[in-house]
Amino acid sequence: MSHELTWLLVAIPAVSAAILLLGGKATNAWGHLLGTAASLASFVCGVLLFVQMQGLHGEERSETVRLFEWFTVGSVKVDFTLLIDPLSILFVLLITGVGSLIHIYSIGYMEHDARRRRFFAYLNLFIAAMLLLVLAADYLLVFVGWEGVGLASYLLIGFWQHKNSAAVAAKKAFVVNRVGDIGLSLAVMSMWALFGSSAFTTVNSGAESMSSTWATLVGLMLLLAACGKSAQVPLQSWLLDAMEGPTPVSALIHAATMVTAGVYLVVRSHAIFEQSEAASTAVVIVGTVTALAGAIIGTAKDDIKKALAGSTMSQIGYMMLAAGLGPAGYVFAIFHLITHGFFKANMFLGAGSVMHGMNDDVNMRHYGALRTSMKVTFATFAFGYLAILGIPPFAGFFSKDKIIEAAFADNIVIGLCALLGAGITAFYMTRVMLMTFFGKKRWDDDVHPHESPKVMTIPLIILAALSLGGGALYFAGHWIEHWLEPVVGKHEEHHLPLPAIVMTLITLAVVAIGLLIAVLKYRRDIPREAPAGSPLTVLARRDLYGDALNEAVLMRPGQYLTRTLVWLDNRGVDGLVNGLAALFGGLSGRLRRFQTGFVRSYALSMVFGAAFVVVALLAVRLS
Amino acid sequence: MIGLILPAADFVAPKIEYTELMPMLVVFGAACVGVITEAFLPRALRHAAQLAITVVAIVVAGVLTGLLINDNKELIAAQGAISVDGPALFTWLILLALTLISVLLFAERSLDGGLSAFASQAAAVPGSEAEREGTAARIEHTEIFPLTLFAVGGMMLFASANDLLVLFVALEVFSLPLYLLCGLARRRRLISQEAAMKYFLLGAFASAFLLFGIALLYGYAGTMSLGGIADALAQDTGAESILLAGTGLIGVGLLFKVGAVPFHSWTPDVYQGAPTPVTGFMAACTKIAAFIGLMRVFYVALGGSRWDWAPMMWVVAILTMVVGSIVAITQTDVKRMLAYSSIAHAGFLLTAFVGLAQAGSGVSNGITSTQAVLFYLVAYGFSTIGAFAVVTLVRDAGGEATHLSRWAGLGKKSPLLAGIFAFFLLSFAGIPLTAGFTGKWAVFSAAWTGGAWPLVVVAVLSSLVAAFFYVRVIVLMFFSDLPTDAPDVALPGWQTTTAVALGLAATVILGLVPGPVLELAARAGEFIR
Repeated sequence: MSHELTWLLVAIPAVSAAILLLGGKATNAWGHLLGTAASLASFVCGVLLFVQMQGLHGEERSETVRLFEWFTVGSVKVDFTLLIDPLSILFVLLITGVGSLIHIYSIGYMEHDARRRRFFAYLNLFIAAMLLLVLAADYLLVFVGWEGVGLASYLLIGFWQHKNSAAVAAKKAFVVNRVGDIGLSLAVMSMWALFGSSAFTTVNSGAESMSSTWATLVGLMLLLAACGKSAQVPLQSWLLDAMEGPTPVSALIHAATMVTAGVYLVVRSHAIFEQSEAASTAVVIVGTVTALAGAIIGTAKDDIKKALAGSTMSQIGYMMLAAGLGPAGYVFAIFHLITHGFFKANMFLGAGSVMHGMNDDVNMRHYGALRTSMKVTFATFAFGYLAILGIPPFAGFFSKDKIIEAAFADNIVIGLCALLGAGITAFYMTRVMLMTFFGKKRWDDDVHPHESPKVMTIPLIILAALSLGGGALYFAGHWIEHWLEPVVGKHEEHHLPLPAIVMTLITLAVVAIGLLIAVLKYRRDIPREAPAGSPLTVLARRDLYGDALNEAVLMRPGQYLTRTLVWLDNRGVDGLVNGLAALFGGLSGRLRRFQTGFVRSYALSMVFGAAFVVVALLAVRLS
Repeated sequence: MIGLILPAADFVAPKIEYTELMPMLVVFGAACVGVITEAFLPRALRHAAQLAITVVAIVVAGVLTGLLINDNKELIAAQGAISVDGPALFTWLILLALTLISVLLFAERSLDGGLSAFASQAAAVPGSEAEREGTAARIEHTEIFPLTLFAVGGMMLFASANDLLVLFVALEVFSLPLYLLCGLARRRRLISQEAAMKYFLLGAFASAFLLFGIALLYGYAGTMSLGGIADALAQDTGAESILLAGTGLIGVGLLFKVGAVPFHSWTPDVYQGAPTPVTGFMAACTKIAAFIGLMRVFYVALGGSRWDWAPMMWVVAILTMVVGSIVAITQTDVKRMLAYSSIAHAGFLLTAFVGLAQAGSGVSNGITSTQAVLFYLVAYGFSTIGAFAVVTLVRDAGGEATHLSRWAGLGKKSPLLAGIFAFFLLSFAGIPLTAGFTGKWAVFSAAWTGGAWPLVVVAVLSSLVAAFFYVRVIVLMFFSDLPTDAPDVALPGWQTTTAVALGLAATVILGLVPGPVLELAARAGEFIR
């Protein structure tokens, strides 16, 4: 494989971002075109690499590209090394492919924004950082990409910083992500301590000799990192607020790519998780809880983007669940990650298209009956909808069904939870669909919905096609299983309590029940103002009290702590310091009086000094 | 210069190593030429001629010293009277370098209406008609240049004296010109003359102690040479009380020059009264010469009885650090504050001196006391002259505005000047990346390896107290409002500019890359006998 292509992947968007950021207003006219071209060029590189890889077999498909020695500190040496292998190439194609579509879409979506050039610079920065994250061959380099996407995410959530809510949301995302980042940095440091290096090769080969305690510790640190980046419970709170960013950002970063980095990290670190039952179980529990929590939150949101964000949390929960199941689940975690990337990006961009036609209103209670006025958007959104429900032959059917199967094979409780989640998913997605595209018009007076321009609808159509056809990765002879085998090991067949076909039918039945409940409930007229709702609805609207919990457990005690410290500082420390200063000042004032200005007293002090010196000498000698 | 007077009957011409002593001879010779110039050259030409002679002499002497260092010269010259060893040569070099900078400050004439900082006629009564006439006629005392040369020659001799009598002579040779220089201020002449008088009286008093100590030691050892005293100590002749009394009294004389408590009381008054360029010269060069002389006597001659005098020196070191730092807090005059600061620095230097980390003693494999002290003196010397040079620039109608309240808001008026002064203060406080930090680190680590860790603890605590009054000035300069009647910042001539720049450059470089000078100080090795 070509070395140049590998580093060009990262370099092209990075250079483009630099040009757009440093070039300033001079690049305003063509900035969006350069940004899109950079993303497309990266995609072409990815495709070429993928094609080259087809000619190779097994282990040959993994290749490390050492670019230069990054730094050496004592015995720790870190190279700037990229790893191109079947896992990372899938991510490359997803990031650059979906990324390019979203770039194109953004040309239309951000057309009237004065800072469009800057927006594209940040998008390019994100693409570069995300590619570095998935191509790095060393955990420390992963960390660089990890922080890079965090930065891009922060900048883009707060892109409309003139809105206070956007600025606050960006800050929240930043702070919560720091908590996760501590996990990753601790993990990297532990690896240095344990293996003397954080390179994948060293860590993977050394993992077997780890003590189980260390494996659990490092696994939990990595899980903490994954929770932060992938908005998993308990670090989920930032994702819903992150919807303050422009919709293409929500589609690219907070649905299709960045938030799945946690899943990538867990799968990439499979060698460590396989050494620790406890850590793997923790991953499964986190995934299951988030899958349900996200789905429940999604049921009550009237903001179309927040409903989709809850759905994203939930779907990533599924991926986490699968990744925690070990060799039986890795492939499906990645598979679902890719199909989800297609259909969720599709739906987010669809939501963006709707907002575009509705004067940027996000409240679904102000929508209704849009299927006639926005035909393309409706049709493509419907593809995404069917995919996430898991209706065959849409992509989601293959990936989600497999995860539920694997969950059942592992543990009946987890399986039931996953199944329940699928039912709730059907409910809230049907709710979104009905509130937006069906029923009566509930529009504001000055709104005149219209279809979006071609530059926005064409990416929608492509993503809709992928939402339909993405399942081919699996049903075409279990291609993805074989493709990932060199990286995650041989796929383990699981032993189901029931025949697979029965499982599938049960799943479809649960999905149908969820769908029916939603149809029954939202077939009626929907009030423009949200009704009070049942306690359960309120619970879901309040994000399951996630923010309230954070406030009670972290924020308020933190504020009390800082207040106490300020008080202690003012009274205790300052008092001590001021007291000391006064003491020395007083002492100084006293000693100063000896400096009378009279030579006679100076001479006398010298005589006393001389007497002291001689007496001291004699005393030492005679004692 | 020859310490021994031999009976006339069998007179043998003494053997003088002219090559090795040439730097000193050049300085003294140039001083004599200066005196003659003063007598024969017309007044109008004197300033330029004297400055040229002085600078050339110092540069030539410096180059010669450099050559000697390069040759690793190490011998006892002039019939055992002078020891030309590593520490002596190193000291010569820094003395000459710092004197060169000081001479530039002496020659500055653009600060005070085209007149130098020195009185036109020292003999004229302050405030009298004669004084006004002298000022109007732009008369100057160009004798300051030969006086400076005599002083620095005496300091060089003092730092390399291998004989107590030579030590005493050298002390007087460098002290007498300094007494004169102190009394020559053009502005505030009364306080200047008072300072000179006090310095002279107390200096004479201290010399008496020194001389009595020398007599007692001669009584004990029967010889004046440092090596001879050391031999006598090794043989243990038994007259211990004479030895101890002699040690103590010599210590008093030397500690007076160093400015150690309780023999420090002259320092603030003299530093404040003397013309500021002279204060800078004294603060840097006298301290260097005195410290090296102190170390030479106590290490070479009295090293054998160090367990007798070390406890006394511990107490003196602690007193010096503590009193210097604490009394500085309440000072209201910049020059007095710097005087107390120099006392505190003497205390820090004493820690390394008492630490006795010697290469030969098997105590240390790191920094030796001599190396640490030499480095510290370089760092301290450059920062000190630089700081006093800055003090000369802040002026109002009455001359230099040295009261601290007049420095309020200076950072707003002249950020550059205030910034440079702040940097010197930070160096005195020992903040990292300045020369002062490296110096402190060197002396403290020498003291620590020498086993004097309680001294290091006291020193660090004193540094904390000292940091307070240094930073207070910085706060005053940068965070106070500029009063309407703020003093002016005079535009310096090239002389002061060069002096400040050199002081600043040395402070920065010694803070960032102390390696070469530390290396040079290590190469100086130990005192020989």
